[in-house]
Amino acid sequence: MKSKFALFLFGLALFAAVPAAVGQTLLPPTAVRAKDAPNDAGKSILALWQLSASDIKGDKAVIGYQIFRSVSAQGPFEAVGTAAKGDTLFTDHVAKNGTDYYYKVRTLGALGVFAESETGGPAQAKAQWFNSDRSNAFLAVLILVTAILYFIYKASTGKELYIRKIAGLEEVDNAVGRATEMGKKIIFIPGRQDMDNVQTIAAVLLLGRVAKLAAEYETRLEVPNVRSMVMVSCREVVKEAFLKAGRPEAYREDDIYYITEDQFGFAAAVDGMMLRDKPAAVFYQGAFFAEALIFAETGNSIGAIQIAGTAQPAQLPFFVVACDYTLIGEELFAASAYLSKEPRLLGSLKGQDVGKVFILTAISLGAALATLKAMGWFSGEWTAAYIKAFLVR
Amino acid sequence: MRREIPLIITSFVGFLFVIRFFIPHEPFASMENTASSWIQVIKAFAIWLGILNLLKISGEKIYKKDKGWGFAAIVIASFLAISIAGFFFPFWETRTPGDSFIEHARKFQYPGTSFDWFYTYVYTPLSSTMFATLAFFIASAAFRAFRARSFQATLLLLAGFIVMLGSVPVGNALFSWLPQGWQVSDIADWIKNYPQVAGQRAIQIGIALGIISTSLRLILGVERSHLGGEG
Repeated sequence: MKSKFALFLFGLALFAAVPAAVGQTLLPPTAVRAKDAPNDAGKSILALWQLSASDIKGDKAVIGYQIFRSVSAQGPFEAVGTAAKGDTLFTDHVAKNGTDYYYKVRTLGALGVFAESETGGPAQAKAQWFNSDRSNAFLAVLILVTAILYFIYKASTGKELYIRKIAGLEEVDNAVGRATEMGKKIIFIPGRQDMDNVQTIAAVLLLGRVAKLAAEYETRLEVPNVRSMVMVSCREVVKEAFLKAGRPEAYREDDIYYITEDQFGFAAAVDGMMLRDKPAAVFYQGAFFAEALIFAETGNSIGAIQIAGTAQPAQLPFFVVACDYTLIGEELFAASAYLSKEPRLLGSLKGQDVGKVFILTAISLGAALATLKAMGWFSGEWTAAYIKAFLVR
Repeated sequence: MRREIPLIITSFVGFLFVIRFFIPHEPFASMENTASSWIQVIKAFAIWLGILNLLKISGEKIYKKDKGWGFAAIVIASFLAISIAGFFFPFWETRTPGDSFIEHARKFQYPGTSFDWFYTYVYTPLSSTMFATLAFFIASAAFRAFRARSFQATLLLLAGFIVMLGSVPVGNALFSWLPQGWQVSDIADWIKNYPQVAGQRAIQIGIALGIISTSLRLILGVERSHLGGEG
């Protein structure tokens, strides 16, 4: 029954399309041209055209466009793709770099009716050495890198730099001290992402500082992991920290272990451990997701001092509510430099602040200009009136 | 040399990938694909090493009756159960007529298979149970956060109240006398679209700068605490 109904609908559509296709003449697209696709590794050419007059009129007979390509203006042309009606662009992704290509575009109608354009081209696919779409990013990175390098240099020459206090980092000492006094362990969770995430790297760097303190205070430090690569990195960092603190014999490799990559499997394991062992201090540093609040509330319920740090904006409110201190976004990345008190690292933080001033200025300027434009400034008439007034003066 | 070689590799690869972002030309263009192919190959070997290591460590724990050896036994039992269900499923499930053995084996996770049974009736309920505890944790955390102890906490309480009220139909019904455009849902939308977005973007800008700064410290070798250096 269904197939009969579909056949009926198809017949009806054909009945409607045939007179449209037969009764009217399809017109071809005009001004066909081709050019190299910009900002790529080559192998792509853009074929462009102006809409067929039939398409502009909204002729129902037009069903789309078919694009043909040849290495010679005389042909033979081969079909390389299609475009929907209303489209004026097709990207040919299978071109050879350095070869001339010519294009033709057909307006397609029902029942195989078509109208073919003049030949457009030639164009060659070329690879570019700079992605101009990313010029603004390049400029911003250049300014920021220059500022950071300048302040690293300044700091290394002995210039005193002011860095604002970060409460969460000031408390790292106290958290480790408290665990020592209570004779309980510290748990450090370096997030749930792998070593290719900068948050995890920042967490591992901070782990090194915490591990050094734990070694000095002779306090046990446990690091449960979600990722095997992170576990190996954490083992290396903690081992080095114990060595640096002069207590290599206190390092226990088994205290830095892998649990599972499964989100809630990991959450269940760490929660159980917290409830059984009741650590005195818990650090959550790195990228966290839905498990953030499960951890932080469990830690809160056992009375542990908790210091969190993440660059996941959605998890920050949970950490702020349930933890004693939270390193918000950039503070996590500043942690290692801040705790080291090493001038060159502090210099990089200062450079970061300059970047912030630059971005704030750009945002304020952009907002002001957009507001003025919305008020009618910078329009053609406004510019003409302004130039006239300026010239008269 | 133990510290210098990792530093050199970090700097080299770091610079290379920064350059790659701005240069679409070969050999930079295909660098990312090549790197991820390498990672796939390494992962394929690493997964076998990981499985063997997991079985070895868990086995040793059970043998020595270490603390928590029961968990190790559960790990091994679960590993064997799910592996047998996945690998050996074709031997006891009915094959669709016309399917080759390989085609049949590829369907190990189709609905109705033993593997799917474990996933649906063991793994999913366990995960959902843990996820469901969030509801209670959110309630207890919200109770602490929404106590009006200071001016800022009162603002938070008020904003939270308006957003919650504006997200349910009863909010607009209760305050229907408010002028058009000033309904509770309109105010809730304004809070979500302007002050909230502005705050989030400020944090995100800080994060982006922090990421650049940390990456630069690592690439330049200024930060070397992770290698046991002084930085």
